[in-house]
Amino acid sequence: MIMISNLINRKIFTLLKVQYSNMLEYRVEIALWAISGIIPFFMLNIWTNNNLNEAINISDVLLSRYFLCAFFVRQFSVVWVVFSFEEDSLMGKVSPYLIQPLNPFFRYFAQHLAEQITRFPFALIIAFLFFIFNPKSIWIPDLSILLLSIVSTFLSFLIQFLIQSIVACLCFWTEKASSIERLLFIPTLFLSGLLAPVVSFPPYVKSWIYLTPFPYLIDFPANLLSGNETNISRGLSMQILWIFLLFPLFKKIWSEGTKKYTAMGS
Amino acid sequence: MNLRKYLKVYRKFLHTSLASELEYKTNILVDLITAILSLIGSIFLLSIFFQNNGYIGGWKFEQALIIQAIYTILNGITNTWFNPNLTEIVKHIREGTLDFVLLKPIDSQFFISLKKLNPSGFLEIMLGFLLLFFCIRINQINLNLSFLTLSSITISCSICILYSLWFFISTTTIWFVKTWNAIEVLRSFLYIGRFPLNSFSFSLRIFFSVFIPIAFITTIPSEVFLGLSVLWKILLEVIVAIVFLITSRKFWLFALKFYSSASS
Repeated sequence: MIMISNLINRKIFTLLKVQYSNMLEYRVEIALWAISGIIPFFMLNIWTNNNLNEAINISDVLLSRYFLCAFFVRQFSVVWVVFSFEEDSLMGKVSPYLIQPLNPFFRYFAQHLAEQITRFPFALIIAFLFFIFNPKSIWIPDLSILLLSIVSTFLSFLIQFLIQSIVACLCFWTEKASSIERLLFIPTLFLSGLLAPVVSFPPYVKSWIYLTPFPYLIDFPANLLSGNETNISRGLSMQILWIFLLFPLFKKIWSEGTKKYTAMGS
Repeated sequence: MNLRKYLKVYRKFLHTSLASELEYKTNILVDLITAILSLIGSIFLLSIFFQNNGYIGGWKFEQALIIQAIYTILNGITNTWFNPNLTEIVKHIREGTLDFVLLKPIDSQFFISLKKLNPSGFLEIMLGFLLLFFCIRINQINLNLSFLTLSSITISCSICILYSLWFFISTTTIWFVKTWNAIEVLRSFLYIGRFPLNSFSFSLRIFFSVFIPIAFITTIPSEVFLGLSVLWKILLEVIVAIVFLITSRKFWLFALKFYSSASS
């Protein structure tokens, strides 16, 4: 038993190390990725410049912290597995991966984690610049809150990774699964709280949105970290619930898909 | 420059890329749903902004919808022409196939900018026009000749500026090889074109009209629609568009001097 877990640990560790050095090669690109995530700051500008936040009873400072946290959560929960998998499956690269005694999605998972580590310093620089322009919003979160929000950001990343992996498995049936991902991205963009906090949504949306996974992707971790009001136990349990719902679905679609898979030329 | 030859070549481009894209029919349907949802989403976001305020940056909700309509049209144009072609430049340069483009007895910029076409963007353009007609009705805009000419001039200038921005970034591939992410940065900046420029703070307004002229792309045409526009703004947009087109052309020719193909 110990040997097996050691083996798995070593595998994951090696994968992470390989992918991290891989990612370090593309520092400039990752910096650009980080910059391309600054939309929340533009939104913040609209909110505070038009005093829209008065209506939802959130002060300027808390709102700017919210959007900064939304930026951070987004930075560490970006997933692009469907695009990698689509390219690999179109190029026929999936076949050698399937022979290896390791689910290829571990490889993508390690890729994402390594990219997040590489991205971290750039995100910090952007946060630092944000504080220079906005010194009033500097705050230091509680250690326990910080840990909890790291956990919930990771859970949000896991949810999105699972959803995208399920979409990626559709590559076994259709060749272009990325267009389905682009479709799913639209509700994620507008309902997750990246552009406007979920509190500000009209009541007819608020009544059902907390049952969907969307508010737990960005709104919940960002509220938690920024010290805005939020229901911690409900948020975390909903995140875990969605993971438990999505994981079997992924396993099912993966086993169906690999049965269906026929490599190019065979 | 032989115009007829170029038209003929373009017809062939249209034919081949339509034929290859129509192979993925379900894809086009999915893209249509994406475009509709994305429009609904941005109107939803706008309605949140206007929930308790009558005005955002001096614009009413009905007026701000015009900006959404123009943004949707321009985004459709981007998805139909700019995105499929200009991301192709990256591939050409990485794989060294730009050589084949340069060897052809045809202008390389023409070839590279218009070779491909993504028909699902048409649907987005149509969606944008539908919203625009709706806005014309609810804002009670009189259609007359001078209005039509002014609006078509400003919109075509916006298209030129947008094209030049995309082409600029794609051209830098010659030095940096991988510019997917720079395109992503441009996309996220363009996103603010969905909102009236006046709703941003002064410093951002300066940034988006001087450094990256996104302000010109949607706000000025919308002002023309509402009859708020002043002549110097329209003239300025025309000048900016011409300057951008000429510099993007010069920049391409300049960059080509640095192109060394994949194996030489």
